Amino acid sequence: MLRVDITKQLGEFTVAASFTSEGRVTGLFGASGSGKTSLINTIAGLLRPDRGTIVIDGETVDDTTAGIHVPTYRRRIGYVFQDARLFPHLDVRQNLDYGRRMNRLADDPAQRKRVVDLLDIGALLDRRPGKLSGGERQRVALGRALLSKPRLLLLDEPLGALDESRKLEILPYLVRLRDEAGVPMVYVSHDAAELRQLATQIVMLRHGQVTAFGGVKVLTATS
Amino acid sequence: MLEISPTEWTAILLSLRVAVIATLVATPFGIALAWLLARRDFWGKSVLDAIVHLPLVLPPVVTGYLLLLTFGKRGMVGAWLADHLGIVFAFRWTGAALACGVMSFPLLVRPIRLSIEAIDRRLEQAAETLGAAPWRVFATVTLPLALPGVLAGMVLGFAKAIGEFGATITFVSNIPGETQTISSAIYSLIQTPEGDSAAGRLVIISVVIAMSALVAAEWFARRATARLHGH
Repeated sequence: MLRVDITKQLGEFTVAASFTSEGRVTGLFGASGSGKTSLINTIAGLLRPDRGTIVIDGETVDDTTAGIHVPTYRRRIGYVFQDARLFPHLDVRQNLDYGRRMNRLADDPAQRKRVVDLLDIGALLDRRPGKLSGGERQRVALGRALLSKPRLLLLDEPLGALDESRKLEILPYLVRLRDEAGVPMVYVSHDAAELRQLATQIVMLRHGQVTAFGGVKVLTATS
Repeated sequence: MLEISPTEWTAILLSLRVAVIATLVATPFGIALAWLLARRDFWGKSVLDAIVHLPLVLPPVVTGYLLLLTFGKRGMVGAWLADHLGIVFAFRWTGAALACGVMSFPLLVRPIRLSIEAIDRRLEQAAETLGAAPWRVFATVTLPLALPGVLAGMVLGFAKAIGEFGATITFVSNIPGETQTISSAIYSLIQTPEGDSAAGRLVIISVVIAMSALVAAEWFARRATARLHGH
């Protein structure tokens, strides 16, 4: 479960969002500049809200009146960025293992094999990120986030930097992830078609404000 | 002409020892300062930046004199270190290392700072989302990616340290076997009537060491670029 009720001032721009989502995939939908990335960064702890609370999986990670702000590295979240942000000095195997090492989790070969198979990245393990295509990079980034065993997976336009055919290459993996990985997701996109395929709940944002909240059918009203 | 005399060897080995120690001791401070200057905003940052660069623009004899006032036997810091830790700089090779370390510090810090500034901070953010506490982000992402810059800084600092003259001779004088480095040996030799050929040999050795250091620094800089692009 994810509960968000925050306001955050960024220059002239104000993000004010309040919603509670039980869904497997919460889609944050809006045009560019609607505050989607600011909102997901606040959930990640990379931005600190000016006011309000964020509760992830029953744990209060932000509460401005109680002075609570759990730093990003203790939130046990996974984050897949639009630009994969793989570590260039590590090969794919080391990238995948990074979150497990940092969270001091025991080695779990079965889980690793599951994720590697799910994302079809077994052939890439010894390569450096510089030698991967955009789509491959994004799959590795998904695997890296999953293997840190997050309780919430944040995805910020993970297909945004890919061309149409690459998008179609990744989309089935995301559907499998939703159905098999068992980790709730927050999925940011400006593409209604993408969210129709993936999301179970939609938070619609406009100029930093939530304008609609509900099932995927709220998307039909606008597009 | 190519025969190197024992006195010359002593000066060469002393120079190497002084430069190696100066570089190794200065590097951790250099990394810390480079990170501070690259990544933090704080009150007095531009003053700190200026102080780091000061040895580059001050006459070396001034730096040497300031070191003598501070770290000499009657200097504030020097007296304290001698009384409490038994560390003496005045007229010792350790003083030569301190002078070389201070003089080469700006050259050490600069490449490290540039390589830290060149690192995509979004990578550090990604590390944080994967559960890495700030110091582990530094140890596992920032430092490895800056490593070629660190090595380049060390090479440049070493080359500067091995050639240092003005501050060293002012601070610890020119004592054969204790503080007489290649530079001060050359200085002594060209003042003596028969010293030309010996001075010539040491000059050639200086040129070779300096050139090798510059080539090595260039090589590390190219490695840094390749590393940041993930090849």
